[in-house]
Amino acid sequence: MTELALSLWSWFPGWSQIALLNLGKIVLIIAPLLLAVAYLTFAERKVIGYIQVRIGPNRVGPRGWLQPIADGVKLLLKEVIVPTNANKFLFVSAPVLTFVPAIVAWAVIPFTDTIWLTDIDAGLLFILALTSMGVYGVIVAGWASNSKYAFLGAMRSAAQIVAYEIAMGFALVGVLMAAGSLNLREIVHAQAGGLHHWYFLWLFPLFLVYFISGIAETNRAPFDVAEGESEIVAGFHVEYSGMAFAIFFLAEYANMILISALTAVMFLGGWLSPLDGLLSPGVLAIPVLGGLLGGGIHWLLAKITFLLFCFVWFRATFPRYRYDQIMRLGWKVFIPVTLVWIAVIGAAKFLTPWGFPPLH
Amino acid sequence: MLRNYLPILIFMAVALVMGGAMVLMGRMLGPNRPDSAKLSPYECGFEAFEDSRMTFDVRYYLVAILFIIFDLEIAFLFPWAVALNDIGLFGFVSMMLFLGILVVGFVYEWKRGALEWE
Repeated sequence: MTELALSLWSWFPGWSQIALLNLGKIVLIIAPLLLAVAYLTFAERKVIGYIQVRIGPNRVGPRGWLQPIADGVKLLLKEVIVPTNANKFLFVSAPVLTFVPAIVAWAVIPFTDTIWLTDIDAGLLFILALTSMGVYGVIVAGWASNSKYAFLGAMRSAAQIVAYEIAMGFALVGVLMAAGSLNLREIVHAQAGGLHHWYFLWLFPLFLVYFISGIAETNRAPFDVAEGESEIVAGFHVEYSGMAFAIFFLAEYANMILISALTAVMFLGGWLSPLDGLLSPGVLAIPVLGGLLGGGIHWLLAKITFLLFCFVWFRATFPRYRYDQIMRLGWKVFIPVTLVWIAVIGAAKFLTPWGFPPLH
Repeated sequence: MLRNYLPILIFMAVALVMGGAMVLMGRMLGPNRPDSAKLSPYECGFEAFEDSRMTFDVRYYLVAILFIIFDLEIAFLFPWAVALNDIGLFGFVSMMLFLGILVVGFVYEWKRGALEWE
């Protein structure tokens, strides 16, 4: 049977073998990702429910577990309205424009030392480029709707995303200085050697700036002025309905997972175990326990889950920022903090006898 | 290695097709019964007073300009940070001078109130 499959496989021309292999891997990334997005919406409602001392969705399916499926089917069967004054083509393409970068950025995330789709040397630059692409979808959606609230939401979110983009970029410069490589796998390798080698300790201000900027970039509470349902009704996607709206929703949650994964990779040691380098090989050789304590994809998933919990937790805890406060935080707090910390890392590396600790 | 970018290209195509397919499925599976009230822009129940593509605050333009400047700065910082081990103290001091000049500009725009929103 395997021989038959192999002979069939070799019958394909070389280029199509590569394409099919990549296609298979891509499906293996996208399918769990979309499932995670669906159940993140469920987890969010549940967690916020428990934070507010209530239960959250528990009617559809056993303990509410089919709720995201029901939501998806409902949105799929709703009418997609395209307003008369809208630019039809841009209006329809805007959701796709936000969706594509949120998904494609997963191409360069290293899941473990051996599992990834592609291992490019300019990984961090690629990530920075793609996360900034998301703003186009928001602006195009707000502009193409030809509605006052949508336009206001688009202007706000453009200025906001742009401001936090810079803080994010500066935070990444700090990571680069410590790791000395743009390759995400190398960045994780540079953090090997246990919890105290992870960058969130040595680059703590940058870690905070990066994660909070990530929350602002994804338009999540408390930075959700672009949507602001109580002031500009729903902001840039006020005119969207049905599946067109659902895609924005998908992209937002996919972006949340992406920011969590990136924070985990760059500041929390990616797939590395916190005990990495501290355990003797004898302990690691114990069948199940050793596998759990050693590095692996389960650590990455645990870190992503924790950060996603933080996203939801913040939403349930903080009131929305006023717009001028958001801009003040971005320009007058985060950018100076990151600039100073870049200088501090450099000075610690070159002007002190002990150097910059994680490099040793 | 340029060939490492091929999976990204395929990934992009897959994501585009998926997004397009989802929009298309929504159009096909959902009902389609438009009327003029349903298709008018939403303004809390009123008719739209004026064209929504109104003039906007010049601050947004200012922020965009500042973004371009600072993003350029980040573009200069990336290669510097990667090569920091090779260029040593001289490279570090040079970049601090460059950053110092930009900080002067940053302080100027701060004092001029370009970062205020009120």
